[in-house]
Amino acid sequence: MRPTLLAATWLVARKDLKIEFRTRTAFFAVLVFAILGVAIFYFAWDSTAVAAVDLAPGVLWVIFIFSGLLSLQRSFGVEQADRAMDGLLLSPIDREAIFLGKALANLVFVAGILLVTIPAVVLLYNLPLGRTLVILFAIALLAAVGLVAVGTLFSAMAANTRLAELLLPMLSLPFFVPVVYGAAQATSALLAGRPTAEAWPFLKLLIAFDLVFLFACTLAFPFTLEE
Amino acid sequence: MSSTKRPLFDWLFVVAVLSLIAAYVRAVFFTPIEALQGAAQKIYYVHVSAAISAYLALGIVALMSIVYLWLHDERADRLAESAGEVGLLFLTVVLTTGPLWGKPIWGAWWTWDARLTLTLFLWFLTAGYLVLRGAVDDAAMRSRYSAVLGVLAALLIPFIHLSVYLFNTLHPMPILLKPSKPSMPSDMLITFFSMWGACTLLCISLIGARYRYGVDRDALRALEGNGGDR
Amino acid sequence: MSVLQADRLSRAFGGRRAVSEVTLELHETECLALFGPNGAGKTTLLRLLAGLLKPTSGAARINGEALRGDASARGLVGFISHQSMLYGALTVRENIELAARLHGVADARGATEVALREMRVIERAQTPVRALSRGLQQRVSIARALVHRPRVLLLDEPYTGLDALGAAALTATLERLRKEGAHGGATLVLVTHNIGEGLALATHAAVMHGGRLLRLERREELNSASYADEYRELVGGAA
Repeated sequence: MRPTLLAATWLVARKDLKIEFRTRTAFFAVLVFAILGVAIFYFAWDSTAVAAVDLAPGVLWVIFIFSGLLSLQRSFGVEQADRAMDGLLLSPIDREAIFLGKALANLVFVAGILLVTIPAVVLLYNLPLGRTLVILFAIALLAAVGLVAVGTLFSAMAANTRLAELLLPMLSLPFFVPVVYGAAQATSALLAGRPTAEAWPFLKLLIAFDLVFLFACTLAFPFTLEE
Repeated sequence: MSSTKRPLFDWLFVVAVLSLIAAYVRAVFFTPIEALQGAAQKIYYVHVSAAISAYLALGIVALMSIVYLWLHDERADRLAESAGEVGLLFLTVVLTTGPLWGKPIWGAWWTWDARLTLTLFLWFLTAGYLVLRGAVDDAAMRSRYSAVLGVLAALLIPFIHLSVYLFNTLHPMPILLKPSKPSMPSDMLITFFSMWGACTLLCISLIGARYRYGVDRDALRALEGNGGDR
Repeated sequence: MSVLQADRLSRAFGGRRAVSEVTLELHETECLALFGPNGAGKTTLLRLLAGLLKPTSGAARINGEALRGDASARGLVGFISHQSMLYGALTVRENIELAARLHGVADARGATEVALREMRVIERAQTPVRALSRGLQQRVSIARALVHRPRVLLLDEPYTGLDALGAAALTATLERLRKEGAHGGATLVLVTHNIGEGLALATHAAVMHGGRLLRLERREELNSASYADEYRELVGGAA
């Protein structure tokens, strides 16, 4: 019996993560980039003018976007070598499973980056521990879903064009803006201890974005395949 | 694929240009200067008219993208491409007249208010759309990819709107869109509508011209026998 | 009922017709050798038959089911091209087992073992594919295409890059599949430049040129001695 959507998604995701784990180079490269970025921002900022706790979330979300983009760049490269993608297309799985599997793998990759980057931000900018970490990580994960949904789709498209490395950021960044905006505002409201009701509209923005674009990009993916 | 009998810039274009000149002359010389905002307010006529035309063009892009994904008719794709380029042109006009209007009126070149921010994002999305088209060699893939981007961009607009709304808006209340009598005096109203009409005519005629160019260009390409090699 | 059927299959790219009104019908244990010069449309035809491309008109059918509409019909096809379609970072076994699971094979691990033995790559099962020679990669690629016991096997110039030993092993495996494969024997379509190799396996032979199928006949009906010359004449020295 041919695999269900869920089973096929898991097969594709597992395959991607296995490959990523074997090579590991990409993960460490993005990780180093992220932490370097966090550190560089520190030097670009006048500590007498802006307090660390106000600057840190902004830094985190900017780095989040750019390391997210780097993570997404490698997403379809592995399918292009030796036309491995054809192998997936020849099997009786739903096309959508290919998208969801890759998006899931990308989500795990990005979550891994965040796992190190967020503590790095907390550390380097002397933010209070505990509640801060939990809030940042939860919101970052929520934002990552939206990032990965849009980014995986555009990464699939960009991989087939001449300007792949340029196109992915160019197409994705406008879509990342509501994600970053919602995440940043929610974070700053919650970290500053303001009532949750203030953060709620921004969280709703994030959740709505995630749902709409996860759905839309999954549906759009088959159109990006050769017919 | 028939070659077009109509010239690229046809009678509609001529009418559009003439009415644009007429509206412009009327705006500058024959419309009273607004009390509060001064002479700079007149940029408003161009700014808002161009914005509406831009939205019209981009609405065509979004609609034609859906039509293409549904029917695979290359004419829909060609129309989307034409409307995209013309839309970018009008968006650029909006983005340049905005600061020109804003600086004398608000004292700031740029405000992150609803209209300007949305226009800026539309500019990025449309530019991305055109760059994407330029980066794909295979014709069918190009049409499919841009259509997907067109639809997703349309889905993004409400989210941009929502983000900016949450951010708080600074733009003056649209004077025209009150349910009761619009609060512009009739003189200015007439000027506005004539500018708007002229802009719309120009937009449509430019899209038409660009579309006809597209038809000829595609016919030439087909003759040269390209279209993706296997 | 035929196993593999092309019904006035056509495919155009932009204005150019790569495959034009191709009709053919094959049954179990039949092997069609498809010859033709570069650019004749052979690869496109194969990809149409594999379900990787959508026809502009006409239909490709497996067991009567139109290929494009039906995901399960895809499961009946095995496809081998000169691209290996393997993941270099994964081992031989992992690549084959992935293919088995993607096809919903009941005992994926067992089927993988069988495929590894069949293509004699079991000693290198734990090696990452990118560490293997081209010939070995080709064998793994073939094992991968066979693990789910396809009823239809489409091969696009599979002999490219194989040495004499590898080529002989491939011919032997294909012969065995054709005669003894599951479901009463597999159906093969073999695209190759080597007329001798092609005719050795074939029960049918066809020539393609400019997107059209120029001649299609049973092996017994043609004269293998003069076939190469007839072929050259047919394609006008464009070989």
